[in-house]
Amino acid sequence: MRQVTRGTLVIDADRCKGCELCIVACPPRVLTMSRTGNATGYLYPELAPGCTGCTACQQVCPDFVFEVYKYHEPIVSGSDAERMQ
Amino acid sequence: MTMRLMDGSEAIVEAAIQAGLRFYAGYPMSPATELLEYMAEKLPHHEGVCINAATEIEGINMALGAAAGGFRAASGSCGQGLALMQEAIAEAALNETPIVIFNMARNQQDYFQATRGGGWGDYRTITLAPKDLHEAVEHAQLAFHLADKYRVPVIFMGDNLLARTQMGTTLPQLDLAPLPPKDWQLDGTSGGTGKSRQIWTFGCGKTNDPGPGPSKHWERIAAKFDAIAEVEARYEEGFTDDAETLVVAFGSGGKFVEHVVREMRADGHKVGYFRPVTLWPYPGEALERASQGCKRVLVFELNAGQMIDDVRLNVHDRKLVKAIGGVSFDESGLNLGPLMDATVIRERIELAIHGASK
Amino acid sequence: MSIVMTTRPPEAPSNKVASFKPTLLQTEEHHLCPGCGEPVAIRLVLEVIEELGLAQKNVSIIGHGCYGSFIMTMDVDSTLCLHGRAPAVATGLKRMRPEVAVWTLQGDGDMTSEGLAEILHATARGENITCILLNNGVFGDTGGQMTASSVIGQRTKNTLEGRDAAYHGYPIVIGDMVAAMPGSAFVARGSVHNAASIAATRRLIRKGFQRQMEKKGLSLVEILTMCPTGWFVPASGGADYMMESLGKTYPLGEIKDIAATEQA
Repeated sequence: MRQVTRGTLVIDADRCKGCELCIVACPPRVLTMSRTGNATGYLYPELAPGCTGCTACQQVCPDFVFEVYKYHEPIVSGSDAERMQ
Repeated sequence: MTMRLMDGSEAIVEAAIQAGLRFYAGYPMSPATELLEYMAEKLPHHEGVCINAATEIEGINMALGAAAGGFRAASGSCGQGLALMQEAIAEAALNETPIVIFNMARNQQDYFQATRGGGWGDYRTITLAPKDLHEAVEHAQLAFHLADKYRVPVIFMGDNLLARTQMGTTLPQLDLAPLPPKDWQLDGTSGGTGKSRQIWTFGCGKTNDPGPGPSKHWERIAAKFDAIAEVEARYEEGFTDDAETLVVAFGSGGKFVEHVVREMRADGHKVGYFRPVTLWPYPGEALERASQGCKRVLVFELNAGQMIDDVRLNVHDRKLVKAIGGVSFDESGLNLGPLMDATVIRERIELAIHGASK
Repeated sequence: MSIVMTTRPPEAPSNKVASFKPTLLQTEEHHLCPGCGEPVAIRLVLEVIEELGLAQKNVSIIGHGCYGSFIMTMDVDSTLCLHGRAPAVATGLKRMRPEVAVWTLQGDGDMTSEGLAEILHATARGENITCILLNNGVFGDTGGQMTASSVIGQRTKNTLEGRDAAYHGYPIVIGDMVAAMPGSAFVARGSVHNAASIAATRRLIRKGFQRQMEKKGLSLVEILTMCPTGWFVPASGGADYMMESLGKTYPLGEIKDIAATEQA
């Protein structure tokens, strides 16, 4: 499936307290909770392709774990290989 | 300034404004009411503000805010009103905000709540108890000086005699040493610099400039009060060298006792007087020295016995100590009573002497 | 589904559009609970202060509640005053430093329980201060007890069967009380339960500070903040719970704006 990604995040996952407010806040629904805990045992959000850089996650986050970037040029799925795990 | 005839309350207010007072917030309570009235009248003419607070609690917290901003600020009341302020007085001691509280007391029953405090924590309040209006004018200045010097609350302990007696005064200014600038004041200019300021009882500081934290902070405050106690005790004494009977009294009572003792000396009695000028720090060592060789130490205070505790703590033999004062109000219950009378005081001193000799 | 690497900034050309924290916070770290609304509200206030050029022209007067710990991280001149007394302390400071933006940060326990007299009298005097109320309807700091603004039916540790009007009394709707008084210039209620409300709340806070700097009188910006711990609900359920409970007693929006009245 063709996926356009206009933005991306830096997530300071180890400071996340797992409240999940970002999950429902994300308009394109590209955040999901991890399956394993962070350094303090909390599950944390992980980002799938398709971020718009809208900053909703950063707005709602009580723990200030998001930094938001907007790409100069949108990235079409797969072309951002170096950022894929 | 040329000499002017003024109410005591007016003279105290004028002296305080001369000393730099710029903010007052208070609530009426006899006999502290006139102080509020004069503050309301005069402060606006000196770039100052006087607010008629809704409660004593609100008033003293306003004063704390003005003082946190770096301005000389005060509140005032007496008795129950002072009791309402105790939480904030303790807060000022523990977060090091210099303020002055004018306690124009109805009687001398505020001794405990002035010197012991009713608030939380390890703190003391410097308490100045002038004997007359001349000293009151000086203390109104000294109070702000000491508050700023040590960053502490200072209680000015007056009464209705001071508040409501008229005096002729030139409002002489005390020659007080200059104090360092208030580099701690909240003027709002330090935000975003990484060096923003903080006034906080817990003393934890900021993330990038941590403070000592509560235990160490309060330990330091306690040490500060110990240091104040070493150097700020003030007192007055007379005829103590050969006195067999020493009479201890404070405030207006001290002035009355001084008069009676002079009278009795003129009649050949070996009587002396001792007056703590600061009720805290209590001039204990001076009292200990003054009472050496005395056969009796009489305590005159218009309450059921409060300062007498400090006298007993400091004389070499507490069995020598005897109360000759007592609860004494006028009919209204708002003013000093019939015990504040030289004749009565003399009778009580003589009774104590004769009673002891029988 | 593939996961995007988010441990460092992207290598492809990009602009950073949002930082972890506002400039006026010294650190992102705090010890408030998962899902707490207070850090978000505080971030908004600090962002507005910076936007309005008040970073070096403001003093915060902080009450007693979980938010009080931000005195250690907010990079603004601050004092943490006695419980409930922030509007009084702010009054003293503002009267002597009228050029400085003086703002209070209080919870509902601080403002509507312990300090009701102070906020109402500060309003009556028309003090030019901005009061930020973080309303979660509960004493969060002490573990979830009823405040004056707990809503009817709300279960707390001392209203186990829910707040009962006949037994515990009715909630105090402080925003409406303050708005009814002539000394208030701007009164509004925002919320941090979702991104849209957060954006709207930022605008309310901005107006609150603007009215202060215009010397129009007291501004009160009440912000509904989640307290899942004090409500005994999961962190992820705090936002919905808030709008179903507090949100019904405390509707969102501007309650009063003296600027709008003057234009009319």
